[in-house]
Amino acid sequence: MAQKMTLNVNGHRQTITVDDPDMPLLYALRDDLGFNNPRFGCGLGQCGACTVHVDGVPTRSCSLPVSAIGKAKITTLHGLGHRQKPHPLQTAWIEEQVNQCGYCINGWMMEGAALLKRNPKPTEAQVREAFADLICRCGSHNAAVRAVLRAAKQA
Amino acid sequence: MGTLDLSRRTFLSATGAFVVGLASPDVWAQAAKPSPLSPNNPNLSADQLDAYLSIDKNGKVDVFYGAIDGGQGLETAIAQMVAEELDVPLSSVRMIMGDTRRTLNMGGASGAQGVSRRGTSLMKAAALARKILVEEAAKKLRVAPADLVVHAGIISVRNNPAKQITYSQIIGGKSFQTNVRWNGQWGNPHDIATDVPLKNYKDYKIIGQSPKRPELAKKVFGEQDFPGDVRLPGMLHARMVRPAVAGAVPVSVDEQSIRHIAGAKIVHIKDFLAVVAPKEWDAVRALRALKVTWSQSEPNFPTHQEVHAHIRKAKVTQRTIERENGKLEEGLAKAARVISGEYEYPTHSHASMGPGCAVADVRADGATIYTSTQKPHYAADGIADLLNIPRDSVHVIWMFGTGSYGRNDQGDATADAAVLSKTLGKPVRVQWMREESLGWDPKGTASVNFCQAGIDEKGDVIAYELISRGFSRENVATNEGRASATLAGQLLGAKPEPKNTFNIPFASYTFAHNRVGWETVGPLMDRASPLRSTHLRDPYGPPILFGSECFMDEIASAVNLDPVDFRLRYLTHPRDKEAVRIAAEKAGWQKRVSPRKDLDTSSDIVEGRGIAYRRHFDTFIALVAEVRVHRKTGLVEPTHLVCAHDIGLIINPETLRHVIERQLVYGTGRTTVEELTWDRHMVTSLDWNSYPVLHMQHVPPRITIHLIERPEAEPSGAAEMALGLVPAAMGNAVFDATGVRLRKIPFTPEYVKASLAV
Repeated sequence: MAQKMTLNVNGHRQTITVDDPDMPLLYALRDDLGFNNPRFGCGLGQCGACTVHVDGVPTRSCSLPVSAIGKAKITTLHGLGHRQKPHPLQTAWIEEQVNQCGYCINGWMMEGAALLKRNPKPTEAQVREAFADLICRCGSHNAAVRAVLRAAKQA
Repeated sequence: MGTLDLSRRTFLSATGAFVVGLASPDVWAQAAKPSPLSPNNPNLSADQLDAYLSIDKNGKVDVFYGAIDGGQGLETAIAQMVAEELDVPLSSVRMIMGDTRRTLNMGGASGAQGVSRRGTSLMKAAALARKILVEEAAKKLRVAPADLVVHAGIISVRNNPAKQITYSQIIGGKSFQTNVRWNGQWGNPHDIATDVPLKNYKDYKIIGQSPKRPELAKKVFGEQDFPGDVRLPGMLHARMVRPAVAGAVPVSVDEQSIRHIAGAKIVHIKDFLAVVAPKEWDAVRALRALKVTWSQSEPNFPTHQEVHAHIRKAKVTQRTIERENGKLEEGLAKAARVISGEYEYPTHSHASMGPGCAVADVRADGATIYTSTQKPHYAADGIADLLNIPRDSVHVIWMFGTGSYGRNDQGDATADAAVLSKTLGKPVRVQWMREESLGWDPKGTASVNFCQAGIDEKGDVIAYELISRGFSRENVATNEGRASATLAGQLLGAKPEPKNTFNIPFASYTFAHNRVGWETVGPLMDRASPLRSTHLRDPYGPPILFGSECFMDEIASAVNLDPVDFRLRYLTHPRDKEAVRIAAEKAGWQKRVSPRKDLDTSSDIVEGRGIAYRRHFDTFIALVAEVRVHRKTGLVEPTHLVCAHDIGLIINPETLRHVIERQLVYGTGRTTVEELTWDRHMVTSLDWNSYPVLHMQHVPPRITIHLIERPEAEPSGAAEMALGLVPAAMGNAVFDATGVRLRKIPFTPEYVKASLAV
């Protein structure tokens, strides 16, 4: 049975109609609400390309049923900051020119931003640990570490 | 075996890349027989300057780049090249990339030649445009052209700067209507010539700077759309339905099985099967719910563990000796010692972060296709062939997308979308699934390298042979330019057109008796094969260099030479030697004959260093790998990679460093963890656990890059050249540390541990 659900995404509340409560959040964000940043990489929670913050916690939206969201606040990469008011990690990411294709960028930046929030001055080892479960096919791993350390230094 | 087979055709194909680059304009003029009108848009003519750049009324310069940027900075680098020759600010240059209506077919991302070929072509166009504009300004200002200077698109009189005119005042919005000499070629060999000399590198102001990539900021702020983000009115979402056993085709499909999913439909044409739905999740649900009766198929593949044995015994379909001098058999007979070695390289998937995805809108009056394939013009050709519609009625709009690194699954997904849109009369977005992308993308193939060398009494190497044998790099073409080269086309009945292609990287080692060549074996399945081979990033690099550069180390040890000294002794090209010398110097290379003799043999952790060298087009590279080997677990950790890199003129040094660093990480993954697995029936490595790519804990934490400055030399490419050295440099370092020679990729802990135990 179709049911209405209201999602709070990047500070805006929007209502969608859901046929299948098991539909992963990713499809609600992309298909129903038109947010392009979280991307389909594997649908298995293995790569991180679909990562968003759910109440500040990096979450793989491909593997979380939309019905489990409730009133939680969802933040996408687009909601992290914008050109007029960038998140420090966005500034550092551009300085370090981290990604090539950028398909995986949501996982790395959303994990990195969450790390900086809980640990504003991480060591290099802590950054590498925070990124342990992500994939980047272009090989931007070390550059991502440098960007987090740069953002931490400038904060 | 052993006969000289250096046909003229082979000679040309082996060296053609260099011949074209050196050809005189007169040769090109003679060759320019085909029509210069673009088959994808006859309003564009390859012999017209207007097809390469235009300047609008505001002075903005549009550059028409008929290839793509895979996120490696070509957009910026080529804009720098054009801005330099045209004398305009970089910010006024806009790159129009890969759009088949607006650009000519300049090929793909092929061979990392974006700068060296296509960038150089566009520089020539820019220099011609500048000359025309200066001559026109001279007429208007009534001075001699030599009395004019150009800065930032403003032409002024040298001794009277107030007297000036802008580019936009002269040409803004109008066409140049000027001919260039086109070489008669489309795709990768496309080039032009003009009579206008390029600037001297000493005068460069924009080339050599490191502006940042504009598209990266868009990605960082979540603003950069990829093909999968295109949403058209009435668009349907599709999922392809693939068999669990390769070669099986749908016999019957149970429509009732998806009846409960709103709007879901089946498209079943011959052996092509898909489900579509208005909502994306419903397409996924339909894919999972659909009941299909598949035909019996018994592919009986040799498994991935058996594939090298298969390659050794399979019938050779073509043998080509690429380079030969002296008489190998005589050299070997004269030798006091002959040593030999074999090296195995596995099958790899492109394993793109994003599975194939494209949007197609096929209507009666033409098709519009949104794709991130590496070769958009060929995609247009292939779709025209597949749908049987005119080439110029297909408009392919290339967009930034997932890194492809060769012919990955994007082109196949694009063909799928075109078939579905035509069939349904609606725009269709196709998204491949993860298991489909790893299972059904075209593959980079397995090979075995056979090496031997003859050493005389004095310890000199007098004979050398390298034969690399494996599957052709073209079971399907390296682009999707014909229906037969796509899965969709093959499922719809197009006859596959496999070719025997292979290549051996050039190296300047010189031995008295020398033979280097390759042998292909036939494909494992004729049609719609999940193991069909094509180009995967640096197609001839890692598989062959792993063998050839490890074997050079074997010879060095056999003749009691340090691996760097050995290379400096037998390499003959000065740029090769310089790269080797500098890599060693920057790495603080410890001179010794490998393996090292100074280690505590009871120690669990041992360290070593190895080097490998290559030349790829006019890029000269040496890589030193320092590794730590854990004997108990078999883990090989690359602790430091040091790369000396010579590409001639450097356009954007920072981006170049990024490209080298990223590919060395990627190359580490293809050395230590990646291997496609399959059983008798089908690929079995269908997710990121079973097809592992590099995770952070296995990334080399230190990478040192030394760019060799050679601005007087023409720019070569960088985007795939260094990665091919990682397997051999690491393998040589493991040998240095342990005395054990690793003979197959990947260097998994299990394999290394087993090798150490022998």
